[in-house]
Amino acid sequence: MLMRYIAARKLDRELKKGSAELLILSMVEDRPRHGYEIGKLIETRSGGILRFNVASLYPLLYRLEDRGWIAGRWVEKAGQRRRRYYRLTAEGKKALQSQRGTWVAFAAAISRIAGVEHA
Amino acid sequence: MRENELAEEIAQHLQDRYNELVAGGAEPEQAQRTALEEWSTRELMQALRERESEYREPIAAGATTHGHLLADLWQDILYGVRVLRWNPGFAAIAILSLTLGIGANTTIFQLLDSIRLTALPIKHPEELAEVRIIQPNGRTGDFTTSHPMLTNPQWEQIRAQQQGFSGIFAWAQDRFNTAPSGETHNVDGLYVSGDFFRVLGVRPELGRLFTAEDDQRGCGSSGVVLSNAFWQREYGGASVIGRKMTIEHHPFEIIGVTPANFYGLEVGKQFDLAIPICADPLIRGEYARLDVPHEWWLSVMGRLKPGWTIERATAQLAAASPGIFEATRITAFGAEEEKHYLTYHLGALPAGTGVSDMRKDYETPLDLLLAIAGFVLLIACANLASLMLARASSRSREIAIRLALGASRGRLIRQLMAESFLVAATGAGLGLLLSRVLGGFLVSLISTERNRAFLDLAPDWRVLGFTLGLAVLTCFLFGLAPALRATRTGPSEALKAGVRGNTAGRERFGLRRALVTVQVALSLVLMVGALLFSRTLGKLLSVDPGFRPNGILITDLDLTQLKLAPDRRQPYKHELLERVRTLPGVDDAAATGIVPLSGNSSNSDIWMDGQDSRQKKTVDRSWISPDYFKTMETPLVAGRDFDGRDTASSPKVAIVNETFVRVMTKGANPIGMSFHSPVAPNRPEFTVQVVGLVKDMKYHDLRDENIPIAYIPVAQAENPDEFDTFMIRSRAPVGDTIAAVKRRVAEANPEISLTFHVFESDIRNGLLRERLMATLSGFFGLLATVLAVIGLYGVMSYMVQRRTNEVGIRMALGAGRLRILGMILFEALVLLAIGIGVGLALSVALGKTASSLLFGVKPADPVTLGLAAGLLALVAAAACYVPARRASKFDPMTALRYE
Repeated sequence: MLMRYIAARKLDRELKKGSAELLILSMVEDRPRHGYEIGKLIETRSGGILRFNVASLYPLLYRLEDRGWIAGRWVEKAGQRRRRYYRLTAEGKKALQSQRGTWVAFAAAISRIAGVEHA
Repeated sequence: MRENELAEEIAQHLQDRYNELVAGGAEPEQAQRTALEEWSTRELMQALRERESEYREPIAAGATTHGHLLADLWQDILYGVRVLRWNPGFAAIAILSLTLGIGANTTIFQLLDSIRLTALPIKHPEELAEVRIIQPNGRTGDFTTSHPMLTNPQWEQIRAQQQGFSGIFAWAQDRFNTAPSGETHNVDGLYVSGDFFRVLGVRPELGRLFTAEDDQRGCGSSGVVLSNAFWQREYGGASVIGRKMTIEHHPFEIIGVTPANFYGLEVGKQFDLAIPICADPLIRGEYARLDVPHEWWLSVMGRLKPGWTIERATAQLAAASPGIFEATRITAFGAEEEKHYLTYHLGALPAGTGVSDMRKDYETPLDLLLAIAGFVLLIACANLASLMLARASSRSREIAIRLALGASRGRLIRQLMAESFLVAATGAGLGLLLSRVLGGFLVSLISTERNRAFLDLAPDWRVLGFTLGLAVLTCFLFGLAPALRATRTGPSEALKAGVRGNTAGRERFGLRRALVTVQVALSLVLMVGALLFSRTLGKLLSVDPGFRPNGILITDLDLTQLKLAPDRRQPYKHELLERVRTLPGVDDAAATGIVPLSGNSSNSDIWMDGQDSRQKKTVDRSWISPDYFKTMETPLVAGRDFDGRDTASSPKVAIVNETFVRVMTKGANPIGMSFHSPVAPNRPEFTVQVVGLVKDMKYHDLRDENIPIAYIPVAQAENPDEFDTFMIRSRAPVGDTIAAVKRRVAEANPEISLTFHVFESDIRNGLLRERLMATLSGFFGLLATVLAVIGLYGVMSYMVQRRTNEVGIRMALGAGRLRILGMILFEALVLLAIGIGVGLALSVALGKTASSLLFGVKPADPVTLGLAAGLLALVAAAACYVPARRASKFDPMTALRYE
């Protein structure tokens, strides 16, 4: 429990730096998703380690939308309340690729450094 | 950005979390707490605020910040602007209905304001007081102007004996012919005493104004002062001082021009020129009024001395009255009249707002129209409140999330009110603009060629205050209840909202139903009013006046320039009439002293031969030439028309009408009977024999009951004057007839002045007030009905939507479509029935205030009430049928799934 909390706090800081943008962009890469689904998916796929706070997730979504990387649209389905679905735009696709590249390089660098030290 | 969308999205998120927790086995309350605890308002706010640079305006979450009331207000208003921008449809409907409602109210109010409340455009108008006889009933004599309060001998006495006024003046209105000859060009003139302009404090724009020296007995043509408007209109604002102009065939030197803001002392009118009272003998020749004790024509006003009140001035005038009336005795009508005259006493009345015929004629109609327009505004507000309530329930999640975010309820209400205020303020601003246009239009509606209405409609502080008051009032009327309702939901309900089977809307719905009932009631009142006034107009238009005015051209002749000796006048007029009678196209022509329904009248107290003079009754009189009844197409019932046998020297004869017979001879055949006419100025009592009987004709007014009238041959008129009026019935177009009459009269003598008017238009112009009431109340009634029906339709649609599930269940349980239709319609009809019941009661209660303006219908006329209720019920039922039918067409399965 404590571990998860720390992870969440850390992630918040990461979000501000912009690395969490990568997570969100990846979540909507294959199909449009709504905010709750995005948060839930990140949590599930990280095995509960990464958890988004409402207070961080939505402002970030709007920031990405303002930048034109994702586009939100209200969708109504029979028998349900309407939800806002976000999809990746062409521009967002480019941004995702570039961030992915950066992240891979960054992670490799970290693991190299950490691996060297560890070894 | 869309704050409400953000709120909705986050609310959706919380709901998803809540559902997940509940699905995971948590108790609903525990789940709710957890969902709310898991996130922090502060962090969200902070995160959002970081993006402020990217947003143009900060998000108004509604949290109360202390000490920044103005900043908060500004923020609320900005927020309101954005909310309205996102809902252009709502904003447009709301602003449009308020513009119409407030515009109509402001228009009527500004008319009332300028007619009733606005002070005269002079210095210290509150010091002005009118001097008049306090109870002037039973005055005898000639009344020759529109405000014939006093005689010139009385005025001279008052001027000499008053003590309460620092300055005092007399004035009278008249129409002056400014054409040198031929067809007249009449303008609105004033006779003024020398101190008129000095006491009022009016300074010349050009040249000089009259002083006491200009108004001295025997002054002759001592100059004319022009009004600014006349100077601009007739002379284009050129330098005119010293130039001459013709007034009633006499040259007058122009000595000055008044400033633009001074229109005279009568509200609703504008004077063109003014001449001194001492010019009356020059203008009127043998009809001069200065020394005639029974010529009532002047009004007197004065400026109170410092320290004097109206009461003190009245007391002083009352004390001086016996002496004043003693010195101005009217002896011409016999001892009895003289005794009555000596009982009069003078007093002072406040006159800061001038005199006004328009005030008398239009005050009640305008009061009523203001009430009607107020009702329309109320109905519009009810519609807006209903719209706001509907919007509030669709925004309930946004509002709940704001409450959850820590907004105080007061702050949220203020935000919602800011939105309402923006709508109201915009509506009021546009309404004010609209009222400028409508005001001018209404004034033109009550203007006629012969009676130009003039009102200064520049908005003053009262009009602006009224409009501002309306804006604030409407804002509270349509904004407050929905705002209170909307913010009543607790934050926890954010999660419950939208849950199936939710009944939170019930209460709101109750308020909307109440609003619709009020709307139906008010619009019924207005519809009843509209019907009453249009029936009044219809009745007046279909009144049989006893003659046929169509095709009659009225020609007024002024022979003063011919300077005919009294014994030559009648033969000359007779000869002129014969010349006109032979014009091509002219069927008939006759002369008369009094044109029916023209406002002129003359009466006399008579008694039948064989009766006591104490049994005398008042009978109206008219002087007519032979063929008058033929021209007017009024049937002669018995006896004969006047003809060549009736001359100045033959026995006096008269033709009487049917009401005369009823009143004077108790139904007995009057032919051959005689009546006595009492003494009058310059003639003794005399006897008249009745030779003919005609059908009743209206005399003063279409609205009057028939009155006894005695017609006397023009040839036997007591003092043949230099004026005449011809009634000319012609088949030719009016323009052709006028041209032909002009030519024919000019052949006789080009110095004769002529004035033409069309009888039918004159009568129609006499119904201006009724036409105005019928038109405007009809328009407002229609507007009110449309608004109420829209409101009813909206509420019924909303109700059908809210009850979709219920309808689905009922259908699933076997209810037929007709049953559903009936169920929904029944709901609507209950609302309608309550509204109509209340409306009928209100109509009956309020109808009494309109009774003085009605003719031929009672305020609580059952036919009118029934018709209005039936019409409204029909239209409203049609409006309800649409949503009810929609409900009956629901597919049960879809309806059940519908949320």
